[in-house]
Amino acid sequence: MSDITAPQEIEPTALGVDNRKLAVWIFIASEVMFFTGLIVTYIVMRGRSTTGPYPEEVLSVPLVAINTFILLSSSFTMVTALSAIQRGDARGMRRWLIATAVLGLLFLSGQAIEFTTLFRDGASLSSNMFGATFFTLTGFHGMHVFVGVLWIGFVLARAFRGGVTPDNHLAVELVGLYWHFVDIVWIIIFTVVYLLRM
Amino acid sequence: MTTTARALPLAKRYDTGILRWVTTVNHKDIGVLYLVTAFTFFLVGGIESLLIRLQLGEPNNTLLSPEAYNQIFTMHGTTMIFLFVMPLMAGFGNYVVPLMIGARDMAFPRLNALSYWLFLFGGLLLYSSFLLGGAPDAGWFAYAPLTSTQYSPTHGMDFWVLGILMTGVGSTVGSLNFVVTILNLRAPGMKMTKMPMFVWQQLVTSFIILFALPSLTVAATLLFLQRNFSAPFYLAPQGGDPLLWQHLFWFFGHPEVYILILPAFGIISEVLPVFSRKPIFGYSAVAYSGVAIGFLGFTVWAHHMFAVGLNPIADAIFSLDSMIIAIPTSVKIFNWIATIWGGKINFKAPFLFAVGFIAMFIIGGLSGVSLATVPIDFQVEDTYYVVAHLHYVLFGGSVFAIFAGIYYWFPKITGRLLSDRVGKLHFWIMFIGFNLTFFPMHILGLLGMPRRIYTYGSQYGWDTLNLLETIGAFIIALSILTFLWNLFTSLRGGEKAGNDPWDAHTLEWTTTSPPPAYNFAAIPTVHSRRPFWDQKYPHLAD
Repeated sequence: MSDITAPQEIEPTALGVDNRKLAVWIFIASEVMFFTGLIVTYIVMRGRSTTGPYPEEVLSVPLVAINTFILLSSSFTMVTALSAIQRGDARGMRRWLIATAVLGLLFLSGQAIEFTTLFRDGASLSSNMFGATFFTLTGFHGMHVFVGVLWIGFVLARAFRGGVTPDNHLAVELVGLYWHFVDIVWIIIFTVVYLLRM
Repeated sequence: MTTTARALPLAKRYDTGILRWVTTVNHKDIGVLYLVTAFTFFLVGGIESLLIRLQLGEPNNTLLSPEAYNQIFTMHGTTMIFLFVMPLMAGFGNYVVPLMIGARDMAFPRLNALSYWLFLFGGLLLYSSFLLGGAPDAGWFAYAPLTSTQYSPTHGMDFWVLGILMTGVGSTVGSLNFVVTILNLRAPGMKMTKMPMFVWQQLVTSFIILFALPSLTVAATLLFLQRNFSAPFYLAPQGGDPLLWQHLFWFFGHPEVYILILPAFGIISEVLPVFSRKPIFGYSAVAYSGVAIGFLGFTVWAHHMFAVGLNPIADAIFSLDSMIIAIPTSVKIFNWIATIWGGKINFKAPFLFAVGFIAMFIIGGLSGVSLATVPIDFQVEDTYYVVAHLHYVLFGGSVFAIFAGIYYWFPKITGRLLSDRVGKLHFWIMFIGFNLTFFPMHILGLLGMPRRIYTYGSQYGWDTLNLLETIGAFIIALSILTFLWNLFTSLRGGEKAGNDPWDAHTLEWTTTSPPPAYNFAAIPTVHSRRPFWDQKYPHLAD
């Protein structure tokens, strides 16, 4: 596993699924429970702020809509990267992975801009229940995007050393699974926090 | 479906000395590390319980200050749950599961080492709080607002959060590893429906950990943000809600109960058939009732919260749900009894502990059903009745099963048998001490003695029973000393075990004691639920 130039071992397993792929799926299932906890906390604690700023005063839907579009696009580029290497196009794969990472970083920059604006408007972890639940939820999501970017970076580093080939591209598939998961979580967060406002 | 041996990607292997243990990625070494570390924490948590009992041995006692008492009962509960039972079961799982399913190791050996080291350092982090300004002091379930900086001004609760998160990551990674190992690394022919029962329960437990722990992670993270960054999550005056903590915590906390008991069910389901010389009665019922318990465990968390004033319909639903769990649990108990029934009993220490487990667990289960009844819960909530219940389940249940497992697998792990005579002595001392300590708690609870008080006045009539409990606690301590004596003498001069001292059923007994690093010279092919038994006695095969 650590020897990056070795061909992908198709080690027979009882279920016929690669151990690593199974592990990432199960890890994602566990992560679903983590985000469920944060999202439910946000919903249950909605409208419990005793002082402002309130979400309807400070949240900017247009900015975040652009950000959402960026993250959704990154799922598309991720799929394209995977299909490139499956077709045997290692260069295309690298290019689309870079595009995905750049879109991820753009999303994080958008979030940084949003957070800065919110801080200026007086919202923070300690301002009220809205601030506490909002920054915890979106902050943890942002951290997941950041981890995803790092993960893509590792896969890219391996790819540039020739460690990802059409026969051995599980690494792209795994980071893809995680990336799509983080993307789907954002769709739910965007809906719950920004669209379903009261 | 053959599994090929693959060289582990290590630069260098150390076979002896301390470096072996620090660098090991072998599941058996890691299993031993887990077992030894968790047992050490058991001794520490046990000393804490003796301090608690000394303080409560007589009314108006001043041995411990209220502050010290709070820290000690918090650390006692936290230690026994997170640093003893959970990792000890993970230790058995690590050692035994790959052997039982005919694999050479866990699916991810290095992740396996990571989970152990996270557990160890998480535990050390928790305990370092004693030296760094004060230990956690809000109880193992850390209710708000006791955990706020106003009521818990030391850094104890911060240590608690960080220690719990660290061991939690370790448990998550470990469970991930168990699930992949059990699903993917089974030997040829070992279908899910042929897996040993311990493996089944370990699989269900791992899934529960993966789906329940995140809720604790969220709860604890919010607490950390509240204490250190002034986020108002659980602070009612600022719009927060102490009940948010209770919901998040118990959504983890109740499944946690099954995390602690399902592996115990697994051990019992291995020991009873071997020592009754019969296959387990109702294999599928025992396996699937474990799955049912796993699912139902997620639907009952609010029965810990009846007294906070949920609405009556919620109370009724959670009460009913909680009672339903008694059904799959009873299924198991009847299956165990039917397993023993008509068997040719080999009356050895593991069997004795397993039978003791059944008896004690039934008492704990019954008091659990009574607590699931809302009006009774209103009456005895936060009294010693609850303490009695949880100790009958966790000590009478998990700890008796753990000792059954230790007496059962010790010969496989060390190559030597524990003395059976001393083992039986250990059992009887522990059995008497346990009941003397915890049975009177039922009565004290009904008399109204609240839990978590550091002392009480002599006018309540609680003195005698409390003194009895304290004596009982020291009898338990004596039984543990008996066990340690057995452990050390047997390690030095115990009877050689051979491969298969119990005439057992499962694959771990086909290899040497202790097994070689690669477990099996050739990966076995499995045709039945008792592969080793059927190989030894083809004419008696299932």
